[in-house]
Amino acid sequence: MKRYSAFAIVREAARHHLGWQRAWTSPEPRASYDVVIVGAGGHGLATAYYLGKNFGITNVAILEKGWLGGGNTGRNTTIIRSNYLQDPSAAIYEKARSLYETLSQDLNYNVMFSPRGVMMLAQTHHEVRGYERTAHANALQGVETEFISPSRVKELVPIIRLDGPRYPVLGALWQPRGGTARHDAVAWGYARACSDMGMHIIQQCEVTGIRSEAGRVSGVETSKGAIGCNRLGLVASGHSGVLAEMAGFRLPLESVALQALVSEPIKPIMDVVVMANTVHGYMSQSDKGEMVIGGGADGFNNYTQRGSFHHIEETVRALVETFPMLSRLKMLRQWGGIVDMTGDRSPILSKTPLDGCFVNCGWGTGGFKAIPGSGWGMAELMAKGHSPLTEAFSLARFREGRFVDESVAAGVAH
Amino acid sequence: MSTRLKSGGRRIDRSRPVTFSFDGARLRGYRGDTLASALLANDRMLVGRSFKYHRPRGIVASGSEEPNALVGLEEGDLFEPNQRATTTELYDGLTARSQNRWPSLSMDFGAVTSRLSRVLPAGFYYKTFLRPRSFWKHVYEPLIRRSAGLGYAPNPEARDPDRYEHFYLHVDVLIVGGGIAGIQSALAAGRAGARVLLIEQSAHWGGRSPADHSGGKQSVNNIPVDKYVDECLAELGTMPHVQCRTRTMGAGVYDHGYVLAYERVGDHLPGEGALRHRLWKIRTGRIITATGAIERPIAFPGNDLPGVMLASAARDYLIDFGVSMGKHPLVLANNDSAYETAFLLQDQGVDVAAIVDARTGDAGGVAQEAVERGLRVIRGGGVSSVKGRRRVEGVTICDQRGAGTALEEISCDAIAMSGGWSPAVHLWSHSGGKLTWDARQFCFRPDVDNSARGADGAPYVIAAGAASGEMTLAAAVKDGHAAGLRAAAELGYNGAAQSEPVATRVEEAAIEPVWIMPSQAPVTLREKAFLDFQNDVKVSDVELAAREGFESVEHAKRYTTLGMATDQGKLSNINGIAILSDALGRPIPQTGTTTFRPPYTPISFGSIAGSQTGPRFLPIRRTPIQDWHEEQGAYFEPVGHWRRPYCYPRGDESHSDAVAREILQTRNHVGLLDASTLGKIVVKGPDAGRLLDMLYTGRMSTLKPGRCRYGLMCSENGFLMDDGVVARLDEETFLCHTTTGGADHIHAHMEDWLQTEWWDWKVYTANLTEQFAQIAVVGPKSREVLERLGGMNLGRDALPFMGWCEGMLAGISARIFRISFSGELSYEIAVAADQGIELWEKFLAAGQDFGISPYGTEALHVMRAEKGFIMIGDETDGTVIPQDLGLDWAIAKGKDDYIGKRAQMRSHMIDPDRWKLVGLETVDGSVLPEGAYAVASGKTSIGQRATQGRVTSSYHSPTLGRGIAMGLVLRGPERMGDELEFPGTDGQVYKARLVSPVFYNPEGTKQDA
Ligand SMILES: Cc1cc2nc3c(=O)[nH]c(=O)nc-3n(C[C@H](O)[C@H](O)[C@H](O)COP(=O)(O)OP(=O)(O)OC[C@H]3O[C@@H](n4cnc5c(N)ncnc54)[C@H](O)[C@@H]3O)c2cc1C
Repeated sequence: MKRYSAFAIVREAARHHLGWQRAWTSPEPRASYDVVIVGAGGHGLATAYYLGKNFGITNVAILEKGWLGGGNTGRNTTIIRSNYLQDPSAAIYEKARSLYETLSQDLNYNVMFSPRGVMMLAQTHHEVRGYERTAHANALQGVETEFISPSRVKELVPIIRLDGPRYPVLGALWQPRGGTARHDAVAWGYARACSDMGMHIIQQCEVTGIRSEAGRVSGVETSKGAIGCNRLGLVASGHSGVLAEMAGFRLPLESVALQALVSEPIKPIMDVVVMANTVHGYMSQSDKGEMVIGGGADGFNNYTQRGSFHHIEETVRALVETFPMLSRLKMLRQWGGIVDMTGDRSPILSKTPLDGCFVNCGWGTGGFKAIPGSGWGMAELMAKGHSPLTEAFSLARFREGRFVDESVAAGVAH
Repeated sequence: MSTRLKSGGRRIDRSRPVTFSFDGARLRGYRGDTLASALLANDRMLVGRSFKYHRPRGIVASGSEEPNALVGLEEGDLFEPNQRATTTELYDGLTARSQNRWPSLSMDFGAVTSRLSRVLPAGFYYKTFLRPRSFWKHVYEPLIRRSAGLGYAPNPEARDPDRYEHFYLHVDVLIVGGGIAGIQSALAAGRAGARVLLIEQSAHWGGRSPADHSGGKQSVNNIPVDKYVDECLAELGTMPHVQCRTRTMGAGVYDHGYVLAYERVGDHLPGEGALRHRLWKIRTGRIITATGAIERPIAFPGNDLPGVMLASAARDYLIDFGVSMGKHPLVLANNDSAYETAFLLQDQGVDVAAIVDARTGDAGGVAQEAVERGLRVIRGGGVSSVKGRRRVEGVTICDQRGAGTALEEISCDAIAMSGGWSPAVHLWSHSGGKLTWDARQFCFRPDVDNSARGADGAPYVIAAGAASGEMTLAAAVKDGHAAGLRAAAELGYNGAAQSEPVATRVEEAAIEPVWIMPSQAPVTLREKAFLDFQNDVKVSDVELAAREGFESVEHAKRYTTLGMATDQGKLSNINGIAILSDALGRPIPQTGTTTFRPPYTPISFGSIAGSQTGPRFLPIRRTPIQDWHEEQGAYFEPVGHWRRPYCYPRGDESHSDAVAREILQTRNHVGLLDASTLGKIVVKGPDAGRLLDMLYTGRMSTLKPGRCRYGLMCSENGFLMDDGVVARLDEETFLCHTTTGGADHIHAHMEDWLQTEWWDWKVYTANLTEQFAQIAVVGPKSREVLERLGGMNLGRDALPFMGWCEGMLAGISARIFRISFSGELSYEIAVAADQGIELWEKFLAAGQDFGISPYGTEALHVMRAEKGFIMIGDETDGTVIPQDLGLDWAIAKGKDDYIGKRAQMRSHMIDPDRWKLVGLETVDGSVLPEGAYAVASGKTSIGQRATQGRVTSSYHSPTLGRGIAMGLVLRGPERMGDELEFPGTDGQVYKARLVSPVFYNPEGTKQDA
């Protein structure tokens, strides 16, 4: 692989950029692989990457029915934070966040991780107490957060209205090293690195069936034919339930549309990420200048990657209340993704009833931030059969009632 | 040089000059101009700078597809960035500023990036800025942020003074697009009797026909087309069931025939506080998308210089505004339509430099006409370079089939280009309509057999006219007519008897695709041929994407940012897709398009928020006693949709002093609480008891009328959701009290189970929360206060603890519950909402000599904590089961089932190692920090500090004179007396002992007094 650098760009510029190589190859599938991963989203690609990097397993294929990164990984609002309440969540999200810090260098691909700070507004006394609790928990979990005053909020976010007529800002939970990253670059960077290790990323290849022998997975059927494998990872977010059914088990997931939107680009005016959970909206400004906005998920199950307008309306209204200067800006584009929600709003990284078959799903509305940590833990789980990072997220927890409930802390969980 | 001609301009009123300012210069235009036409009339060719390279940009289009001419409009509170000059109607005093340049439009320092463009190709930022690591946050990103961003940001404190509103409408047929096809559809559907709404984004009816089809010389039913449009509109105006709206854009088509339209009511008539935008929410049986077609630019080297314009836009400026794009314009095309531009210019006395027609095939009628008119036509030609720095000064002509070898130079001051037409398929596609590639016209058009389908499986979107690929007048009129009839007929309106309109037919020579000019252009030329003008995406960028493996159209788009600008690729997408396909050696339809997402053109956030802003945003619910609280200067806290008094400070008393006073007054004498916000849900019917037995952990069916019982409600997963007192009113009627925040969702929870699981049970529920005012009279003197009001026997035996009775209290019909949330003798009195304030004042008067005073939510919380009563939301958080809280006594033992029962038997739920409720007493009497965790020794398997409990609520108790707290602690109740450490976020470590959570009057004698 040719390394990327400023020098390489200058060198290639002299050749009018005719000399660049493919970022990843597009091979035809082999008859079988050691490991097959279904779903070339961030989580699938990161799982493959750490299988190779940490465990030397490179005879891996990543099968993708569309184009890599085209699922939720390429549709999300890219908030990265780890100020979660429950211990297992804080652990995996903080692992991810810390990996993000060096991901550009690790992958030799600029994923533009921008630790600009994430703030979650407290707009009721109940929320103040909740975030004070989170701050206490975070301190013991090794996650750097702080509960800050309204005046500090205003300092960090000059466009905010503190004394809105409905929900005044009473403070905020502030994670100074939370932030955003460029979603496509995360998928592309991992894909390039996987391809470089000799892994096969096979796009336009839909898995249509799962084969097993004597209770153990033996391969998959795809739109490009049958492919054998020793171990199978299902990492298909909103479509995980469909794949589980092929494997003969069920997952406690509901698939719903989650939407986001952007404004037309303007010069920088907000350098941090603000989440307002009481009124259901959050916003950041991309490096391109667009205000990136998201809110709640639809209240009904759905597989179309479109959402209903009323959610957009509620989100925008909440944000115009919070940031009145938005009123005369314009919405450029809205879109949706299908997110996979579990009952406790925490992911599933687990063995399954089918031997050799593992799942990594249930990231719902907030899994972008987890991609490196999830890949790290999932790779360990698939390579060694267990991982401290993923232990609490097993399927067994639903049977035992051992939930990792994050909805406790926040209504919106991006 | 662009100029206003002596005559012409059907939209402008030359007798009404208008002045406006652009970048500080005062300019003149006419009423009826757009900002773009007025700028062109003043020879302002340079109007903006591009996003990435800050290249000089001029006006390319005449409508909403414009990528370049974006301005900052007005100042201060009225400021609006990125406003398209082409759709901004000129008004007197308009102020506009060009964007993305510093210090000025003609002298922009940012333009150095243009010089560096060789090292800034598509996606360069993914490959660099990697080292040193800290530079991304502190150096690179701030630099990128500063140079990116297009429009100016509004002032952070700007407050929009204008108004916005929403409209709701049901129609049979919604027709989007007031061009000839849309009008024809409206006529057909309207004549058939369907309820029709016809909307048009611009201020005028008729669309492109008057400018496109032989400059309006073509006719329908032998009537000249512009006159025909007027006649149709006049007829539509006579139909009461038809509405027609201009300045209204179809913004988005959503599932099941839901359409959003955006009406710019006041943009052209500014005045502070006026109604500015109106958002229409339309439910329609059928949608006809008659949105026309958009002309494509041609990708030739230098095509981004100011002065290069779409040939159709050049026609519009000429016909509508009497503005010529130049004095010696050149026309460049691969199809017949652009010839019309040359003819119209010539007719207006403009000297057309040449028509360069890239085609080599058979010349058609128009080419013939051009020659007859004495115009110079260069067949098979192309442009390989454009002269000029900030505006077009000339071109080099080459052979379209070659590599760009110069054949000759032609001097010209503008270029009108046409690369063919693409149907505007956005709305068709929004909710799933499919496209098909038209290999004759070289465009994607709606696949008429694959429309978006509604809940009944029937297609509900119909494309008509140019939007459906029917590009000639005759075909568009016919198609529009058929679409209108079909939509109406499918909804049961029969309009079959109508005759079909007939329009002039003109033979056209075939278009020949030109995706890059010249076709064998070397990379040095491809680096100068722009696809996306705003985002500076060139042909070479898309080819680079293909080379690097970004083969999917979505990958290529994201990698290059093609089509991601404010015009969303209306001009660039198809050309980009063609280049990508070519680079990958695959047919265009295999590449496909990117997804079309709403809105069609950007819509203001103000319009989306509508009128529900400020005090109307989530309106505050008020109790019948709210005014009184406000008059008393209460300090409020938001609770659910309410604002409840937190305390009632007197004079300059601090909040904590006020709370302490309120508590002591209540504990020692008597206090009053406005408890009206508590949820009150009536459950009635023969199966009411049965339902409540399932909803609550306790048994409610055995409750006697006249009695109350405390109840717990759990979720399916066993977690405690809500608590409250249930009173049985009569055999079939129960009144369930919920928490303030819980009323709505508990009611929904009840209905959820009733409607989906137990739909055959005979029981109704009704949320009566706001029908009653409820006042708690609390404290040792409470009985006396009530008795002073007179009318009811409230003695210990007549109304025992956990009983209720009805009667007339001080002449007011009241229901009195003897329940207590404070541990004191206490009554809650419910009266009709409108009598709440009267009763409240009577209590205040009757208790005056006891010093009776109101208390707020904080005193309520402290008193309940002193008694060890749990609070939903404090002791519970969705992970706590009643058993954790020592509430086993409230769970009926012998019941077969209740919601949550099975879940509470799961292994983790019966694990003895659960965290359970205890009281916490600091060793030094201080107050424990809320939310603090108790640490255990060592670290967990995931490297975190081990914990063994947490504080759930913590207060200073004025009654006891020290801090008290409750918490959940590992095996807590078994460890009474143990000492735990709670590190605070303030760096301090707090020590507390495990004690009983009941700190006050554990014998319960006071509440039972
Ligand atoms: C609007 C929106 C906003 C969001 N905002 C945030 C945020 O701010 N922060 C945050 O952390 N998270 C956010 N999220 C959530 C985040 O996007 C997801 O949790 C995360 O991207 C999931 O990644 P993934 O790799 O699991 O899934 P995906 O990226 O969806 O990848 C799954 C892949 O599996 C493929 N696939 C499915 N079925 C098959 C099959 N049968 N065969 C082959 N391939 C298949 C799909 O095509 C897809 O590419 C948001 C999500 C949305 C929709």
